Amino acid sequence: MDLNLTPTELKFRDELRAWLQANVPGDWEKHRTEDEMLARFEYLRAWQKKVYQAGWAGIAWPKEYGGRGASLMQQVIFIEEMTRASAPPLANVLGLSLIGPTIIAFGTDAQKKRFLPNILSADEIWCQGFSEPNAGSDLANLRTDARLDDDHYVVNGQKVWNSYGWAADWCALLTRSDPNSTKHQGLSYLLVDMKSPGVEVRPLRQMTGESEFCELFFHDVKVPAENVLGKVGDGWNVALGTLAHERATLGAGAQIAIRRQFDRLVELSRTIQRNGHTAAQDPVLRQKMAQSYAEIEIMRLNQMRAISRINEKGVPGPEGSIQKIFWTELNQRFQQTAAEVLGPFAQLTKGDPHAIDEGQFAYSFLRTRGNTIEAGTSEIQRNIIGHFVLGLPKSY
Amino acid sequence: MQFGLTETQQTLKNTVRKFLAAECPMAEVRRLMETESVFDAALWRKMADQGWTGMIIPEQYAGFGMGMLEMAAALEEMGRALLPGPFFNTVLMAGALIENAGNESQKQKYLGAIARGEATATVAFLEESAVASPEALRMQARAAGGGYVLDGAKLFVPHAAIADFIVVIAKLDGQVALLVVPSKAAGMRISPMSSMDMTRKQYEVVFSGVQASDLLAAGDAALKALDRARAIATVGLVAEMTGGMQRLLEITVEYAKTRKQFGRPIGQFQAVQHQCADMLVWTESSRSAAYYAAYAIEEGIPEARLAVSVAKAYASDAYREVGNRAIQVHGGMGFTWENDAHLYYRRAKVSELLFGDATFHREQIAKLVIDAQPVSKPSEAAATGKAK
Repeated sequence: MDLNLTPTELKFRDELRAWLQANVPGDWEKHRTEDEMLARFEYLRAWQKKVYQAGWAGIAWPKEYGGRGASLMQQVIFIEEMTRASAPPLANVLGLSLIGPTIIAFGTDAQKKRFLPNILSADEIWCQGFSEPNAGSDLANLRTDARLDDDHYVVNGQKVWNSYGWAADWCALLTRSDPNSTKHQGLSYLLVDMKSPGVEVRPLRQMTGESEFCELFFHDVKVPAENVLGKVGDGWNVALGTLAHERATLGAGAQIAIRRQFDRLVELSRTIQRNGHTAAQDPVLRQKMAQSYAEIEIMRLNQMRAISRINEKGVPGPEGSIQKIFWTELNQRFQQTAAEVLGPFAQLTKGDPHAIDEGQFAYSFLRTRGNTIEAGTSEIQRNIIGHFVLGLPKSY
Repeated sequence: MQFGLTETQQTLKNTVRKFLAAECPMAEVRRLMETESVFDAALWRKMADQGWTGMIIPEQYAGFGMGMLEMAAALEEMGRALLPGPFFNTVLMAGALIENAGNESQKQKYLGAIARGEATATVAFLEESAVASPEALRMQARAAGGGYVLDGAKLFVPHAAIADFIVVIAKLDGQVALLVVPSKAAGMRISPMSSMDMTRKQYEVVFSGVQASDLLAAGDAALKALDRARAIATVGLVAEMTGGMQRLLEITVEYAKTRKQFGRPIGQFQAVQHQCADMLVWTESSRSAAYYAAYAIEEGIPEARLAVSVAKAYASDAYREVGNRAIQVHGGMGFTWENDAHLYYRRAKVSELLFGDATFHREQIAKLVIDAQPVSKPSEAAATGKAK
């Protein structure tokens, strides 16, 4: 066992850390809570441009496509350092982490040339249209229809839980191109210009009050036939190609973010009065905070172990599901503990003059409910473990 | 970065698994647990010949001087096999204590005997108060005739009846002292306690003017040795517990694949699959925590004590919960004597209580994380380990 970084990784980290220190904008906190989403997004787009110009965008991409060919370890370092430096997120997150790599893996030379540079520079923002009202966990049940008509497809259907749809220039759309097919067969992965006539975007208001997600409606939208990514009818494999890699690094930023919130809670617990003494002195709250600490720490250890395993075996396995269950569920327990420490202040949201830390804990209390649903529900993760790790018969 | 066992350590682990499958299968565990001492001298000899009794004892005392990761790997397999008998208390408790407290000649004598498989040993700490703290000690040692004499009563002493010597923790002139008593010493009354875990015997030991053979350490040196040995033993225990969880997971998944109801294997039902998935999450998380704590002790990193408490707090709850789910998934079979689940469940409960349960270790974490000023910054290590 050796948990030290290699000299190369260390150099990578120090170089990145120095760059972030010099370049992370000081006014991000102000913009972060800005209500005007598009203005906030333009801020993030400008930030990604800066990151891109310095050569830090799409670091996992091969060098020939403008990346650095970064190892998994370096990708994790990147996410951790960004989080630690309180850097704004990159605007084109789906383009960089999912759609770009999928185009690299399945695209034609023309497609690569046309799309990849603008993903890196944030000149074209991407969203992903996978889930539908009747195809959530059962994604292969999707119905959005793509019918070939001469040199283009005509797309009709509805997508939901689409991130960044309101800001996107392009959409990676999973469609059913063979109307007689069922399940994983007959699907095609289309690259759709969001400015095409017939595309309608409606924001979806979530329980936090924000609209991170959208509903997309397609009414007779024309998509050129050359915009199919990969083979016609092979959309399922194209879509899944990079999802596993995504899950491997998924918890890296969350780990730091939760740990930072934990440290802040400990700090607050020393002055907040609960049950006749400070929260830090309350034996029950001490137990609960210590339990959260233990779980956050084990999340970090599981993460290291998963990365180590991927490095040894080359490919991420279904172990990513263990990590997803672990961090999302611990985060919900932690938010409950935080609320118990804060007492009546736990309910106060952003804007209230008495709110602690601009209501960050109240916000997280609500937002973390989504953690066990998005990117594969806890139930789906347990199915994956049951079938693919433990070898139990498939339940559906 | 490499998190987990190296190839060599994995090979060692496989060797231990093979050996135990051949020499101490469940039938043998069940036979031994019904005997009075739960000790098989022939099996002990074979384990010593494999080098296990000397695994973490330094080479100059006839051991192999291996590290905590090797020890953890071996203990995982012992826990998986539910190995009965005094291995744990001999090597991880008495051995670690003597190594950290004894002088050169004491180590030659006692560690050498343990490493060569010639002696089993145990530690007598808890008393009537059952408080694992030096302040709670009532046991008295006094100097007499160039040696030391012990008076008092100890509880929960593992395998005292067959131990060749006992390390006794007592008060000497108001200070904590560690003394060695040969088991044949006059004035000792050893009576069995009826513990839930039948694979490990525990005893009440009453000392009436018992002559100690050696004083290992007293005062600060004794406290330091206790602290360090306790950390080593606790990590070893978590590794062993992880092995037990692993076995429970395996037999439960196997049962879920073969047991049929409503015309299909019960493992096809998500209600059952999800219980098994949770068992895997607890098992793997305990393993991560055990390996990291072993690494932290071996590397001497500053937060080693915190890592030990994280591991024991987590595994204490996890092993019991894995046991709960194992019995539940086995249904009626899980509630029978002939099914092995309850044997592990008993071990889970007793392991939970040893060296502090989850509540105890959470309080340790609170002391280190909440009471410490200033609050620790988000670990530099983060998900990616430490920079050198």
